[in-house]
Amino acid sequence: MNSRYIFSLIAVIVLFLIAWAGTAIGLQVVFGIIIPYLALLTFFAGFVFKIVDWSRSAVPFRIPTTGGQQKSLPWIKHSQLDSPATNWQVILRMALEILTFRSLFRNTRMRLKEGARISYQLEIFLWVGALAFHYAFLAVLVRHLRFFTEPVPFFVTLVENVDSFFRVEILYPGIQFGLPGVFLSGVVLLAAAGYLFSRRLFIRQVRYISLAADYFPLLLICGIAVTGILMRYFLKIDVTAAKALTMGLVTFQPTIPEGVGTVFYVHLFFVSVLLAYFPFSKLMHLGGVFLSPTRNLTTDTRARRHVNPWNYPVPIHTYEEYEDEFRDKMIEAGLPVDKMPEPAPAEDPAEEPAGDQAEEEKPAEE
Amino acid sequence: MAEELPKPEQLLQIDHRAPNTDWMETPINIRKGMYCYASNPKSVEYVGLPNARAWNPLEDDWQLPENWQEIIHKGFKERLERFRSFKVFMDICVRCGACADKCHYFIGTGDPKNMPVLRAELLRSVYRNDFTRVGKILGKLNGARPMSLDVLKEWWYYLFQCSECRRCSVFCPYGIDTAEITIMGRELLNLIGLNIDWIATPVANCYRTGNHLGIQPHAFKDMLDFFVDDIEDVTGVRVEPQFNKKGADILFITPSGDVFADPGTYTAMGYMMLFHFLKEKYGFDITWSTYASEGGNFGFFTSHETMKRLNSKMYAEAKRLGVKWILGGECGHMWRVINQYMDTMNGPADFMEEPVNPITGTKFENAKSTKMVHITEFTADLIKHGKLDLDPSRNDHLKVTFHDSCNPSRGMGLFDEPRYVIQNVCNHFYDMPTNTIREQTFCCGSGSGLNAGEDMELRLTGGLPRANAVKYVHEKHGVNMLSTICAIDRAALPALMEYWVPEVDVTGVHELVANALNLEGQNDRATDLRGEDIPGLESDSEEETDEG
Repeated sequence: MNSRYIFSLIAVIVLFLIAWAGTAIGLQVVFGIIIPYLALLTFFAGFVFKIVDWSRSAVPFRIPTTGGQQKSLPWIKHSQLDSPATNWQVILRMALEILTFRSLFRNTRMRLKEGARISYQLEIFLWVGALAFHYAFLAVLVRHLRFFTEPVPFFVTLVENVDSFFRVEILYPGIQFGLPGVFLSGVVLLAAAGYLFSRRLFIRQVRYISLAADYFPLLLICGIAVTGILMRYFLKIDVTAAKALTMGLVTFQPTIPEGVGTVFYVHLFFVSVLLAYFPFSKLMHLGGVFLSPTRNLTTDTRARRHVNPWNYPVPIHTYEEYEDEFRDKMIEAGLPVDKMPEPAPAEDPAEEPAGDQAEEEKPAEE
Repeated sequence: MAEELPKPEQLLQIDHRAPNTDWMETPINIRKGMYCYASNPKSVEYVGLPNARAWNPLEDDWQLPENWQEIIHKGFKERLERFRSFKVFMDICVRCGACADKCHYFIGTGDPKNMPVLRAELLRSVYRNDFTRVGKILGKLNGARPMSLDVLKEWWYYLFQCSECRRCSVFCPYGIDTAEITIMGRELLNLIGLNIDWIATPVANCYRTGNHLGIQPHAFKDMLDFFVDDIEDVTGVRVEPQFNKKGADILFITPSGDVFADPGTYTAMGYMMLFHFLKEKYGFDITWSTYASEGGNFGFFTSHETMKRLNSKMYAEAKRLGVKWILGGECGHMWRVINQYMDTMNGPADFMEEPVNPITGTKFENAKSTKMVHITEFTADLIKHGKLDLDPSRNDHLKVTFHDSCNPSRGMGLFDEPRYVIQNVCNHFYDMPTNTIREQTFCCGSGSGLNAGEDMELRLTGGLPRANAVKYVHEKHGVNMLSTICAIDRAALPALMEYWVPEVDVTGVHELVANALNLEGQNDRATDLRGEDIPGLESDSEEETDEG
């Protein structure tokens, strides 16, 4: 079963070798222009396709998970966030879900202790790890807009300033690290991805449920982070040349400038693979979380009717059929009936399939 | 049955560590005590569901239709188009594992396929193979596998080890709801005739007679007449329930389990006493129905279509009788169906009025479209307005806790109404620990049609987390009564308590209400509805008699 992460590891190594070899034999145009364009196209087309595909499926029933008190009697405190009754409350619930991973924050860990006592303790590491991972990723993404904009928008500079708030410098004749200023996000991203990966590796239950599709994107992102950190702090590549390439891509005047190192192409290739892989993988939770019917619907189902677009008539057992079968017994028991009995006797009920026999066999159903 | 059961110490030997063999390589082992018997072909046939035949899950040949794989594939495809929930949940799980130890069946059994994530992966693996290209190419490595008889058997075994309680969906960062996946999976299984009898036969009964137990109209009335006698014995007051009354103000529907089995019967008596009190004092006009004599809906555990077919009787009967609105009794999944499905499936209920409490004048705004009110909403409103004459001291010998039933909790958000009612009719109330109540409540272990006799080991292991929390408050506060607003709970929890916490008994909330409720012209009320002497009151009344 370990083949799953080994496969993912090998896959990332192979991807690295492909990019390395490709640049070595002079395929810069392929790795610097063609593949990034194709990847981006795949990403956008795939993403849109997936969202449209999901949206085409109906939402026949309003089935939110109510995580708090419903809106009922005016003197009972309504939990607006966990049992949202209006669209605004839903938006708030969704915002907290998406921005703070609120459901994951609830995570507990079950333990079966001596003396047969089961306890549930707050388990916050997954939440911290996930939050660190996603926000670091976001910061890295925003910072990278520097490479695709001219002039660089203010918020990118802002994020950069915040990101490099802590100065980390190691300046010795042998080792020089910290110039240019260290961005926290890159380090956190690598650390969080590392944590999420090792969690899958070392926690037995999580390893049991993990697929290659779970290890692969984590390793790929680690690869992206490592190559990025390598370029910035250690190899110190020609940033101007790199930006010339990326600006060429966004302005649709692609060029391959001189002096962009191989690592850059590896980095770009990893990113391309991630983009192209995205819409076909679990990474689509980015889009899917917005469409989850247990979260994005109001809970006021009894106050406002929800319409099912494919609601169709079904065979039902009508009152008339019911009374026809039991009329005599009903009259005998003094129960009101709609129609008075006809002279001919009713059919023998013993012929009915799920008859009295089933009744005897099945006491205390509920 | 009881002799065959393992001892509690044995059942507590739970190994939660995942095994060394990959889950796809671990063959299915259908174990006695963990599964329910296959459906009776007569029941399946009666409601016109496919492939009615006698079959046995323990035999190799399940007598499936020849093209069963094609049926499943087509059914899968159709449901992906019809339910966005299903499609999105098939795609976006990241297998973070947050749900893993949230499932009561996993906690109780340690079987890794009872982790919600793996239960869903049983279907997802087939989804990836049949409906995604990447899955098809990468195959098993990426968690895809073709449908086979073994996979099908795994579906059946584990989809009937999920009680659709939705606890996992509270913790999932994407709100993936295993109940939804189980519902779809069971629908698919039903397409080729794989159901369990504990669901199929109640469905057939309900379709024909109006209730799961197959109680025919005259017998239904007889049973309530018994309760009338019992109530008179206990209180000295003779109540007069109305049946199938045209032009009544309100129609009352509750699960038939409460008409049939203890301790639910006491809850049913509780309703009758409450209605009597309101009728005498305020002219309250409510009728029972024999045609719509079932609140529960085992169709919900079969397919959306079957659910709709059974549910249709509620509105049909309300229309026929010309009532203003419907009052619903204490039931779990009944209320999920009413709250989240009924109006959509069988509405609009424009032939009724927006529900107003005739006694307090309170408008039930939250039920204005569906026009069905939960009895704890109704009773809480009555108590708030001081409309009931209550003597909670008659419940003083009870130390009560409350079990939030899964469906009213996570499918409705009904938490404070029942607590308000209980706290007004009982003086000693203690909640269980936070992680085991309200939206984090644990299933009784027998929900969604799994409360049969033959799967007792499953029920006891699945009910362990609930029982453990009860045990905690029992030891800490001396709790001796577990109250609940679900008929399956009332049927299932006594067995669970007897096994894990024998000192604790089970009751419905309206049994507690009725014991506290003073009726005009009552006797000394020295016994409770169960006919048992109320400690303290007994001696008081004797003294009074002596003095008198």
